[in-house]
Amino acid sequence: MFTTTVLSSDYQASPVAKGMEMRDSSQEDVDGTSGLTTGISQDVVPWVDDLLAVRDARDEAAFIRVFGHFGPRVKAFLMRTGMDAALAEECAQEVLVTVWNKAHLYDATRASPSTWIFTIARNKKIDVLRKQRRPEPEDLPWGPEAEPDQADVIGLQQESEQLGRALRDLPEKQRELIEKAYFGELSHSEIADQTGLPLGTIKSRIRLALERLRHSMK
Amino acid sequence: MTVKHHLTDDLLMAYSAGDLPEAVNLIVATHISLCDECRAALGSYDAVGGAVLDTCDTVAMSKNSLQSVLDMIHAQDGKVEKKPASTKVQDDVLPAPLVDYIGGGLESVRWRSAGMGVKQAILPTSKEATARLLYIPAGTAIPDHGHHGLELTLVLKGAFQDEGGYFGRGDIEVASEDLNHTPVADISEDCICLAVTDAPLKFKGLVPRIAQPFLGI
Repeated sequence: MFTTTVLSSDYQASPVAKGMEMRDSSQEDVDGTSGLTTGISQDVVPWVDDLLAVRDARDEAAFIRVFGHFGPRVKAFLMRTGMDAALAEECAQEVLVTVWNKAHLYDATRASPSTWIFTIARNKKIDVLRKQRRPEPEDLPWGPEAEPDQADVIGLQQESEQLGRALRDLPEKQRELIEKAYFGELSHSEIADQTGLPLGTIKSRIRLALERLRHSMK
Repeated sequence: MTVKHHLTDDLLMAYSAGDLPEAVNLIVATHISLCDECRAALGSYDAVGGAVLDTCDTVAMSKNSLQSVLDMIHAQDGKVEKKPASTKVQDDVLPAPLVDYIGGGLESVRWRSAGMGVKQAILPTSKEATARLLYIPAGTAIPDHGHHGLELTLVLKGAFQDEGGYFGRGDIEVASEDLNHTPVADISEDCICLAVTDAPLKFKGLVPRIAQPFLGI
């Protein structure tokens, strides 16, 4: 629905202010055509627009920007999980190819770009290091009315950003524990409680998106 | 359907991090297929993973990296077809992750008798932990047992009751080392569960100990 307009980023109003206003007044998206035209994300969470441009317009320039940002991070992440540099390079390349190939599955109301790319990198790690299949939950297919609401997208992206800040602000020891858990350096029984991470709001937002999805499927 | 018994935070986080044995991943994925609450919680743990990815160091990609990636997507783009909507088996009892592991619906499960009317089928996963489907006739008790490690039991059909409460479809019991329990299938219908253990169960009493080699649990 917003395939053709997502690239028009010359919108002047502050994206954040626009998002807040929409949330506060519960204003409806009247004609449903404005979609994600407003360059919502660059000031809120970077890379959403680029990833949506890859998804909807197969925009190669946007993909190259995504590659430039996430490639070195995915490679570093994979090296922390135990791969040597050559293997991590090869796997990081494959992760980015998957980003291109599976972009049609990206849902901006349920994950930020870094979250989504993290899940692809994690699955690559399990595949290569553990040599196991990873059972995934049953998909919730999009219903006919399930085009995401812009306010939902902004809200989720903002909360992802807050979560990132909260993680950076944690006492160092606790932050290290959480990082170790995600790098695979802790067994699940060693994973301590995760106090200090504001998971509540992000969880309820995802929950809301799921409920809408289920509703639209009826 | 309202799920009342959920996954624990450490399991959700470890599933998100990709640190669990395959059998445990299977039961987590199956529960999440039935439980929006835990699906949303998983989404938030994945978001922590995203934040970790964002804040971790960077390691420069090699010189030709971008070009090889672009070559790969160009080479594929002509061929990649968007898959049509899944034509997989839909099963009223078994969510998609289990259908994958069984290779079909409930009628494809190869049950083996475990005595007392109880049947089981062990699913093919890595050896660190074991996943099995259990078929428990209505009103039947599984012998009182404790275990060395973790035991997870997810109800797929019917219900059971034990010291931990009443568990219906979608509910998961996370039993730690110190819980001795005697699950009894609800009298109203036969119960089908997915059970995952990461260490052999230890039964009390002679008869169950004899049965143990048969059950393999």
